[in-house]
Amino acid sequence: MKNKILLFTIVLFFIFCFVILFKGLNNSNIYVPKTISEKTLVNFNSKDLFSEIEISSDQIFVGNEFYILNIWSSWCSPCRDEHPKLMQLSKNSSVKLIGLNYKDNPKNAKKFIDILGNPYSMIIIDENGTISIELGAYGVPETFIINKDKKIIKKFIGPLSEESIKEINLILK
Amino acid sequence: MLASQIGYYSLILGLIFSVLIIPISVKNFNNNKSIDTRIFSISFFQFFFVMVSFLGLIFSFVNSDFSNETVFNNSHTTKPLFYKISGTWGNHEGSLLLWLLVLTLFIFLFLIKSSKQPKKYRILTLFFQQIIIIGFFLFLLKTSNPFNHLFPIPKEGLGLNPILQDPALAIHPPILYLGYVGSSIIFSASLAAVTQNYISKAWAKHIKVWILVSWFFLTLGIMLGSIWAYYELGWGGFWFWDPVENVSLMPWLCLTALLHCIMVLEKRLSFTSWAVILSIVTFILSLSGTFLVRSGILNSVHTFANDPERGIFILIFLFVLIFISLIIFFVFHKENNQKNVKIYWLSKETSILVNNWFLMYFLSVVLIGTVYPIFLEVLSSEKISVGPPFYHKLIIPFLIPFLLFMSIGPNLNWIKSKIKKVRIEIIILFVISLLVSFFISRKIGSVNLTNIVLISAAFYLFFITAKDFFSKKLKNYPQKISHFGFSLLILSILLNSIFSSEVITNLKVGEKFSFKEESITFESIENTESKNYRSIIGHFKIEDKQKNSIQLKPELRIYDQPFTITSEADIKTTLYYDKFLVMNLVKGNEYFNVRYQFKPFMIWIWISTLLLIIGGIFSLFKRTYEK
Repeated sequence: MKNKILLFTIVLFFIFCFVILFKGLNNSNIYVPKTISEKTLVNFNSKDLFSEIEISSDQIFVGNEFYILNIWSSWCSPCRDEHPKLMQLSKNSSVKLIGLNYKDNPKNAKKFIDILGNPYSMIIIDENGTISIELGAYGVPETFIINKDKKIIKKFIGPLSEESIKEINLILK
Repeated sequence: MLASQIGYYSLILGLIFSVLIIPISVKNFNNNKSIDTRIFSISFFQFFFVMVSFLGLIFSFVNSDFSNETVFNNSHTTKPLFYKISGTWGNHEGSLLLWLLVLTLFIFLFLIKSSKQPKKYRILTLFFQQIIIIGFFLFLLKTSNPFNHLFPIPKEGLGLNPILQDPALAIHPPILYLGYVGSSIIFSASLAAVTQNYISKAWAKHIKVWILVSWFFLTLGIMLGSIWAYYELGWGGFWFWDPVENVSLMPWLCLTALLHCIMVLEKRLSFTSWAVILSIVTFILSLSGTFLVRSGILNSVHTFANDPERGIFILIFLFVLIFISLIIFFVFHKENNQKNVKIYWLSKETSILVNNWFLMYFLSVVLIGTVYPIFLEVLSSEKISVGPPFYHKLIIPFLIPFLLFMSIGPNLNWIKSKIKKVRIEIIILFVISLLVSFFISRKIGSVNLTNIVLISAAFYLFFITAKDFFSKKLKNYPQKISHFGFSLLILSILLNSIFSSEVITNLKVGEKFSFKEESITFESIENTESKNYRSIIGHFKIEDKQKNSIQLKPELRIYDQPFTITSEADIKTTLYYDKFLVMNLVKGNEYFNVRYQFKPFMIWIWISTLLLIIGGIFSLFKRTYEK
């Protein structure tokens, strides 16, 4: 009898641990530095993917309330998964969606867009990855929300999830 | 391309073989014949195919085959060959394949080496081990296949994180895994022994070899890890209480307790339940370590990929194993099968019991410090991080009685000791150690009572074990070496932390900085190119009052793939002290941030850990000769 109570308590304890750890897994563990929010965007120069015309950041971030800058690449498989969500976001006309093509082969990048559709109103290229470093990106994909004062108000590391889409829509309202 | 394909299919073949073992062993378990030889060959093939698969992955890495996703993510053509190979296990997928390789190797070795053991016990051990192996096979194939195919084939890989490009780190994971996986054999064997009611002196003698082997590899692995942290991370320390470090320390504490406890079982057939519990807990802790590190639930410098799917798999697997072992323990384990052995208060048994209590206390401190932040975050969504002060406050005071017991315990007799055996020299040594430590404290100026007592306790153990080396009837020298090493370890850590000094300043070329007794001159700077990085080397001169000077050349390495800057410290090591200098870039400036550290007795930390390990090896050899 005593043994059974003991066994029961231990099992209960482990079930408790399991539940906690299980929930802990779903928490976001990616540490986003707080200082990054409200950081002003650095100025940079880049080229348009299709027209190959030089363009500066001042020319890109003009005339909208909000901008979403998405870093992507054709070789990055999470980007592929994320793509439908971007297509969905692009339907919102109050926002300008800019793609930053990270360390990619232009041919593959164009093919990627041809097959999966183009959600971006503009695609600029980051040939050697320096723009992404200046932006403070950790890797691909990554998404920045920038307001009209060219301040980064939010950043998502990794592919966008359903929840981050909701959060973006909340900000855009 | 081909190598990846072969690797993938031989992994599947390996899985088929390991499933095949189960019906054969069940059948063999129930009939009266001796052990089926097919089991050996299938177990060998299981190992062989995992081996082929692992070689396939190494081959893909060496050939820079970027159609393989793992290679693409972790390698680069310009990387030196050595790091291409070590890149194989420097990532999540490859390291799991290595786990599996060691698992299959160890069970095969176990089968060969256990021929004197009862048949049913061997088959059951194999059975439990197969559950673990199949679990890992499924985990690998389902969530982290190392042979994922990429198309279009990228031209270049993303590169291995440069801070992982270090010789100590390249060999440290495999060695640590040997230790972790060794504990899985202990786990399966103790479950099998419980089911068969075979917890006996003979069992203890047989399993102790495996305990020693895992303990040896685990200690060596932890040591190499901390050597890497010291030389590569450039923080000037060797242990940071980082969650991932803790995760390797926890099974070590548990295994050390088991190592002591199994001796009582071997000699006196008591502490049976305790030994079984420790065997189970050691492996469960190793596996939880894998869970904590691999799932990305912890934030740490070591965190690999953050993939909840992997986390869920290991979590479920972990708890299935916990429940299986709980059920087996409660259903099969019979406490009353032993004649109630009486334990006298002044005996070796008691002191080992006390040693176990302390180790369990240290274990729980480390466990709580590591897991509590996760629990707190889930329950109250509050983020905290537990740092070194927590561990220091809770562990250091309890080291004092622990050290004292370590010095007295081994000299007691089994069963019963008499008090009058306590001789005068033991008391004299105690007084000497008190005096020495008081003298040291006076020298630093701050007389902190805990420090004085702690240092004197460490000196006491040091003197007692040292004295035993000169006594004529030296028995059990492996234990003496290990305990001597431990006292030296504690002493050098203490003296190191008390006498260390540090200066941080910004310097440009040509400047000189003076402090207390030394001065640092930044003489010149040199740029060089290597195969996969550029480096900036600073030339510094350190001069003390007697005009003795040394040259230190710390280095900044700028890697392109992926773009990372690492700082390589330059360290001058002598028997008495380490001089440690590291520099960092100050952005947009001709100044460099320079950190200089004076660390006494640093090398003794490594030497004493080596002594601990050597003790383990001797003990292993002594047992093989005695057979």
